[in-house]
Amino acid sequence: MTNPMPQEYYDLLEEIQAVDFVLVELTLYLDTHPQDYETIQQFNQYSQYTKQLKQQYEQLYGPLMEFGMSYSSYPWKWDNAPWPWQV
Amino acid sequence: MFTQRKYYYPYISPFDPCRPIEVKSYETPPQLYIGFQPPSLPQYESPKEALYRGTLWPALYSPYRNPYERGDEQQ
Amino acid sequence: MWYYEKKLQYPVKVRECNPRLAKYLIEQYGGADGELAAALRYLNQRYTIPDKVIGLLTDIGTEEFAHLEMIATMVYKLTKDATAEQMKEAGLGAHYANHDKALFYNNAGGVPWTASYIQAKGDPIADIYEDIAAEEKARATYQWIINMSDDPDLNDGLKYLREREVVHSLRFREAAEILKEERDKKIIF
Repeated sequence: MTNPMPQEYYDLLEEIQAVDFVLVELTLYLDTHPQDYETIQQFNQYSQYTKQLKQQYEQLYGPLMEFGMSYSSYPWKWDNAPWPWQV
Repeated sequence: MFTQRKYYYPYISPFDPCRPIEVKSYETPPQLYIGFQPPSLPQYESPKEALYRGTLWPALYSPYRNPYERGDEQQ
Repeated sequence: MWYYEKKLQYPVKVRECNPRLAKYLIEQYGGADGELAAALRYLNQRYTIPDKVIGLLTDIGTEEFAHLEMIATMVYKLTKDATAEQMKEAGLGAHYANHDKALFYNNAGGVPWTASYIQAKGDPIADIYEDIAAEEKARATYQWIINMSDDPDLNDGLKYLREREVVHSLRFREAAEILKEERDKKIIF
């Protein structure tokens, strides 16, 4: 992994953080408003969108999740820096 | 005008050793007034704006600044 | 079970090396109203509360771990390249003697985290009201730390975390309404 990370890394990460944040907000809202059909539709749209963004991210910078939630290229990249607190 | 910040005037004794702060204040953020969030509240325009506000809904946003810096406590 | 995702919830930035701020901020790491206490409190209460609020406790408890990682990141960055001398001047000499730069679950006064900070009463109303109070206390703690911090980048992250307390507090207040089971019986404006 390059050191330091390029600007494009920060931009894509920020995009993912923003979309995933909307999903966190919608999740907590739906936990107390389980009948809100429109919000569930919005939730599913963002859910699909974040999967696309993460696929793009993982091809460039390696897996975001472990235990089989992300595909692995060769060699195994999970251990590669940077870790979230380092960037 | 409605404000989330509320003010009060503490008793000041001539024997208080520190220079008195005449007006003190505290926060009353929006969750105290909402009760149960109604459906279809307006949302921030973009996911990034929501992220940097810390909430998806303007009605839940609570701005905060250091009151000493703003000079509120010296009013 | 849980999955780790290799990203922060929010883009944390710190402008200056400032171990003194790290000393204050550790309150939200291993203090009574900090993120560790919050995560453990909510996740532990799930086993003895009605099903309809377990999902919320699970999700907020999980989000608290994301906030714990943000606080750790802030503390890590505030102290990363500080010298032993700088640590000493910042009031972290005792911490340094025991831990070097390692993070430790203690509060701003150096008192180690203890389970007695959190309660699980087994009474749904008592537990949800404890959670609402915990969110308000954490919000206040963020305010007092922001009041002492002059790092605009750090304050940006702290204001985000403070806002999350506001949203969590609202959701717990809604959970209390759900437990009362009177919402569908009358129109609430």
